[in-house]
Amino acid sequence: MNNSSLLAMGDRLNRRLFLGSSAAGLAGSAALADMVATDRADRPWLAGTPKAKRVIYLFQSGAPSQMDLFDPKPGMVKHLGEDLPDSIRKGQRLTTMTSGQSKFPIAPSMFKFARHGNSGTWLSELWKYLPRVADELCMVRTMHTEAINHDPAITFVQTGNQLPGRPSIGSWVSYGLGSPNRDLPAYVVLTSFGSGRPDDQPLYDRLWGSGFLPSVHQGVKFRNKGDAVLYLSNPPGVDAMARRATLDRLSVLNREHFGAVGDPEIETRVSQYEMAFRMQSSVPDLLDTSKESKSTLDMYGADVKRPGSYAANCLLARRLAERDVRFIQLFHMGWDHHGGLPNAIRGQCRDTDQATAALLTDLRQRGLLEDTLVVWGGEFGRTIYSQGGVSADNYGRDHHPRCYSIFMAGAGVRRGYTHGVTDDYCYNILEGAVHVNELNATILHLMGIDHERLTYPYLGLQARLTGVESVKPVKALLA
Amino acid sequence: MLGIVLLACGAPQATVDFNRDVRPILTEHCIACHGPDEKARKADLRLDGIDLAKVVTSSGRLVAPGQTDTSDLLVRVRETRRDKVMPPPRHGKPLSTAQVAILDAWVKEGAKGAAHWAFIPPQRPVEPKVRDVGGRRRNPVDAFILARLEREGLAFSPEAGKPTLLRRVSLDLTGLPPTPEEMAAFLADTRPDAYERQVDRLLASPRYGERMALEWLDLGRFADSNGFQTDTGRQMWPWRDWVIRAFTNNMPFDRFTIEQIAGDMLPGATRDQIVATGFQRNHRLNGEGGLIAEEWRIETVIDRVETTSLTWMGLTAGCARCHDHKYDPFTQKEFYGLFAIFNNVPESGTLTSNRTGGNSDPVIEVPGPEHDAELARLNGVLAKATADAALQSKRLPELMAAWEAGEKVRLGEVLWAHLEPTRVKGVSGSHYTRQADGTWLASGNNPVHETTEIVAPLVAGPLGGIQLECLPDPSLPVGSLGRFSNGNFVLSRVEADIVGADGKRTPVKFVRAEADYSQNGWPITATVAGNPAQGWAVDGPTRKLPVKAIFLPEKAVAVPQGSTVAVRLVQATLGNHNIGRFRLSLCRFEPGRASLKGEVISAQVREALLAEPAKRSPAQKSALETHFRATADSPLRQADMAVVNARKAVDSFQANLPTVMVMKEGPVRPANVLIRGQYDRKGEVVTATYPSMLPNPGLAAKPDRLAFARWMVSPENPLTARVWVNRAWERFFGVGLSRDSGNLGTQAEYPVHPQLFDWLAVEFRESGWDMKRLQRLLVTSTAYRQQAKVTSDLLSKDPENRLLARGPRFRLTGEVLRDQALYVGGLLVEKVGGPSTRPYMPDGVWDETSVYGDLRGYKHDKGDGLYRRSLYTVWKRTAAPPTMLLFDAPSRETCAVRRSRTNTPLQALALLNEITFVEAARGLAERMMVEGGDQIRSRLDRGVRLALGRPATDRELDILESGLKADLQRSRADVASATRLASVGEKARRAGLDPAEVAAYTLAANVVLNLDEFVTRE
Repeated sequence: MNNSSLLAMGDRLNRRLFLGSSAAGLAGSAALADMVATDRADRPWLAGTPKAKRVIYLFQSGAPSQMDLFDPKPGMVKHLGEDLPDSIRKGQRLTTMTSGQSKFPIAPSMFKFARHGNSGTWLSELWKYLPRVADELCMVRTMHTEAINHDPAITFVQTGNQLPGRPSIGSWVSYGLGSPNRDLPAYVVLTSFGSGRPDDQPLYDRLWGSGFLPSVHQGVKFRNKGDAVLYLSNPPGVDAMARRATLDRLSVLNREHFGAVGDPEIETRVSQYEMAFRMQSSVPDLLDTSKESKSTLDMYGADVKRPGSYAANCLLARRLAERDVRFIQLFHMGWDHHGGLPNAIRGQCRDTDQATAALLTDLRQRGLLEDTLVVWGGEFGRTIYSQGGVSADNYGRDHHPRCYSIFMAGAGVRRGYTHGVTDDYCYNILEGAVHVNELNATILHLMGIDHERLTYPYLGLQARLTGVESVKPVKALLA
Repeated sequence: MLGIVLLACGAPQATVDFNRDVRPILTEHCIACHGPDEKARKADLRLDGIDLAKVVTSSGRLVAPGQTDTSDLLVRVRETRRDKVMPPPRHGKPLSTAQVAILDAWVKEGAKGAAHWAFIPPQRPVEPKVRDVGGRRRNPVDAFILARLEREGLAFSPEAGKPTLLRRVSLDLTGLPPTPEEMAAFLADTRPDAYERQVDRLLASPRYGERMALEWLDLGRFADSNGFQTDTGRQMWPWRDWVIRAFTNNMPFDRFTIEQIAGDMLPGATRDQIVATGFQRNHRLNGEGGLIAEEWRIETVIDRVETTSLTWMGLTAGCARCHDHKYDPFTQKEFYGLFAIFNNVPESGTLTSNRTGGNSDPVIEVPGPEHDAELARLNGVLAKATADAALQSKRLPELMAAWEAGEKVRLGEVLWAHLEPTRVKGVSGSHYTRQADGTWLASGNNPVHETTEIVAPLVAGPLGGIQLECLPDPSLPVGSLGRFSNGNFVLSRVEADIVGADGKRTPVKFVRAEADYSQNGWPITATVAGNPAQGWAVDGPTRKLPVKAIFLPEKAVAVPQGSTVAVRLVQATLGNHNIGRFRLSLCRFEPGRASLKGEVISAQVREALLAEPAKRSPAQKSALETHFRATADSPLRQADMAVVNARKAVDSFQANLPTVMVMKEGPVRPANVLIRGQYDRKGEVVTATYPSMLPNPGLAAKPDRLAFARWMVSPENPLTARVWVNRAWERFFGVGLSRDSGNLGTQAEYPVHPQLFDWLAVEFRESGWDMKRLQRLLVTSTAYRQQAKVTSDLLSKDPENRLLARGPRFRLTGEVLRDQALYVGGLLVEKVGGPSTRPYMPDGVWDETSVYGDLRGYKHDKGDGLYRRSLYTVWKRTAAPPTMLLFDAPSRETCAVRRSRTNTPLQALALLNEITFVEAARGLAERMMVEGGDQIRSRLDRGVRLALGRPATDRELDILESGLKADLQRSRADVASATRLASVGEKARRAGLDPAEVAAYTLAANVVLNLDEFVTRE
């Protein structure tokens, strides 16, 4: 089979994917039953038993400062204000925000670190709640990436390419595994602004876009304003009963037409309208947290009552996980701290700390952490040297792609483990480097996908998420 | 493969065709390790050549024609030992028995090779002889299709009914359905060429160009925003309008090509030809803080090479950016040879401003006729003002004499008097404390946005301006002037009111501002420009020095006895960028006198003024005159100001004329291979070259952009005509002749109708690249005119309808769906071209994930802008029109060659509930009631005719009627709800219609506008 026949297969497979999720409405179509039965053969990328049935990806946009949060460098205190040695910088490229600086004064983190849990995981004092789940964490201190500006870097993490046009990781997973939920999309995105600068790094549709994959795989961003899902509400003056009545008429007329024309696409359309109708109740049901217990709400913190907050989104993430949504991604903005970092990062941690810990605890309590993979991370790290002036309690940090920290938890990852070693300046990786493509390969691996075989024919190539160069899932991170 | 088509459609043919049967096997299974990519090549063996019989391997000959036992290729693929068999098991792509059989047959038949089919210039094949028992052949296209159908034991389906046919071709050619009246005329036309006449009518319609432009905008990655990070606005619509005109006027495709690639280099290039090159400037532009300009300039050039190759030649040149192409014989060095052709534009690679956006050089002005008229008017105003001033200046001696005495008295006064406020307060909570020197220092909470209010008593007399001094303070971040963590501030604007003793507030409108220092990109003039995204900043992080600014009204304002002044310093452009320490002063003279220097009168003027009038030197006289004209309020000054303002109006009009970014050829920049495609890793020096895999006989070795463009449409180029033909085929038949219209490289599918493909490519080129003629040929063929009915037999034999034994049937694109709904709802406003429009969009789509740039705070248009065709909708790349994205539109960030056609629940929600579609349903409801007589059934029938171009069946009318009656009952019972539905959208309801009835018909129309038949062209 060559690319074009694969392309044809891809098209048919996609058609089947939507059909597959609503097949009940179409029982009796022999062709359809046949297609569903051959599913596995059509997905040559399925490999082994998946550890994770779903992912909750807590994306921290703007690039959190690793040496103030996760990667302690106590030795830096004595170097306060000293120039970063050339032996460390090695002439690496800088953004033009600091490349004009004549000095690169070292800014030690002003935050104290301590070990937590049985695992002794290091966390800074910025975290008040995260230490309670320290033993769940699989900390990676040695992530690295290729881009140095936000836009290309965040696009790279999400799509494996710095330039737009590629499918996002959630879209790949939707394409690769389909959706076990009949009433909700496979890939849901939730966004929140940090409490810090309101004009922090923006987000882009492409980050959850489906690129060249069919748009059914694009992430559905739940909106914080108006309808949570675009056009979910009936028009003014139309209630659910009236809508049901119009849909019944529509179905009858469409089926009549199917009888005359025979195009199976018409049957598909009828079933899509039925799923749309179901979403009109399943989404409000998902968003209605009034039946959550007080103790649960308290665990997530007061912010949970404010729609669109990170805490509220964390709770929604759990509710989405319960409903078997395949890929749930939160984007929390506000981590881009070029100046006034200590103050700003305190705010970011206040926004996210309690709810992140609560989400892990909540998933654990409900048995969901067994088969849910949680990922926490941003698009790159920050420099040990200060952008602009430095004092013991005020500094800023520029972009740093050479090393940064993320953590994972849940299905299939090693608990209470810290991976990799960075140098004393948190500038270079000494051992255990993990490239963005390797992280993505690991996530797919945990979901039972061979990342090298999850491909889609695009312009004569077998395009994939993890780039053309061969990479492997990082074994050390696996339980 | 023996592809889907062969397997699905009958037995393989007797002889093996290298390109059809063998190449796909080699490409899929062998070429990655034995192909053009030198670095990946194993055993120094290449299987991508033309003459494989000449290839020698370590153990003998790769293929020995006729001898399967001694052909190494066959020996190795038949191996059973895991360490010997090819392809290696770890490769994961073993050959099937059928594939081995094909290789075997090929060798037996002589192992003839061939160049990749798409790289061979097409020759016109002889039209095949067909039995054509039904007499269905209308033109040569049909002959080729029939030949294949007959071979497969299939035949054309019957011709579609006239209503279906006219709706199909109207939507395909103009993007809008026929009206019932057009349909009636067609049905009544019994002439044999009635259909062809309709096709000609549609091709001549201005709507045709608008419809054709749609796909071209995807290829040309057209958008109204710059695409990176802050995603600010830009103005490329003049290029979009050029595309529409080109299609409407049927510009030959060779000109269409040359002008968009190198129109600027044509001898005596017209403005239009330069505008055409906007195609090459539609790429995104980055302005992110900290970026490295050269890195992004290189990305821009690479984008140009990739987009041009994909759009015109169906080649994925971009694959060779980092390494030799894996499949096509195209090296990395050749990629940079193309790069060199597009590398000489005098461009910076970055945006001029990351916040306000706009167009970046090179640009060209594109005034329209309306602009010429306005410019003439403004010049008229200027001429009159100039004449007026000349007249007034004759009164100079008289006016100056009256003024001199008073001016002598004012000599001793201070220009700027410190203001002593009674109250200084931050609206958002900042606290200010008076310092010994009369300045006020901020402390406490530093809010996101602050407005500082200063209230102070005034003495009666004129008020000519306000001076703001900002000073550094050790208590502020980095010891500078502003409260942001880096020590900066941004002042958005200054407002002031004179509050009379009676409490009456008179606003002072500041029209001019000056400062002794402004940060680059943040000028003081921004504070009087009225753009909330801009403001005045002072390099707080680095400069840390006191600054002064003055804000002046047009004329001094009279201050009555007992008044106070309330000044507001608005700091709302950037978060937390608030002023730290400041002081205000007032000027009690005409604003013309106010200056930053603080001197009322210069020494020279002072001397002149004190001298005896008769004894003044000419220099003194002239200085005094200048001083008078500049500072004294007099009829002459008013005339002078009128001249200044009129000139300013002309200048600013000219500066704000619409522009479009275009190409320009600068000096040749050196070009290198970039190792791994990285901008800063320069390899070998390269010069401009044509790709060597394609024929380019007798051409200059180092083509410039124009030579390259001409080569693209030369008869030698095997790809350009094929790519366009393939795309045209895809538009009318659903799938290309070779499936992927974006790729005709060696990985491309062997065409379903290879001879037809060649015939069309030659026909297209030899017709003078006549686009309309090609399309007319396709849509008047029997193949196109068949009914679309799918039988289970046809579905199993040819599920995708590649052989065309039935008519093509597929869902309409998002743009056409919206246009069609507006049109049948009687809402569509037809006007070709112009700046992009802002139709309805849900709240927050632009703002929820970004608070940057000028494209935020979306407000939909009022009136016509809501109802224009969708190709005019403003396109912000990082937050594109959401309904279009749901219907598979690309984001327009990069060249997109193909849209998928999905069928999803979110599409259903959009068509059912999105305000445009609901308002269109209401519009259709009103039309049913007004145009459909007074019977329910006749009205519903009118609705179906408007939407589907055919009468409703009795069965349909039964279903719709019983639904309508039930809805009507509900509406009458709940008139409030019904009225809300009957009022959806901005268009007023037609007078005299009962809202309850409109609501019920709106629901019926909502059903009709969601029918599969409505969203599909069949």
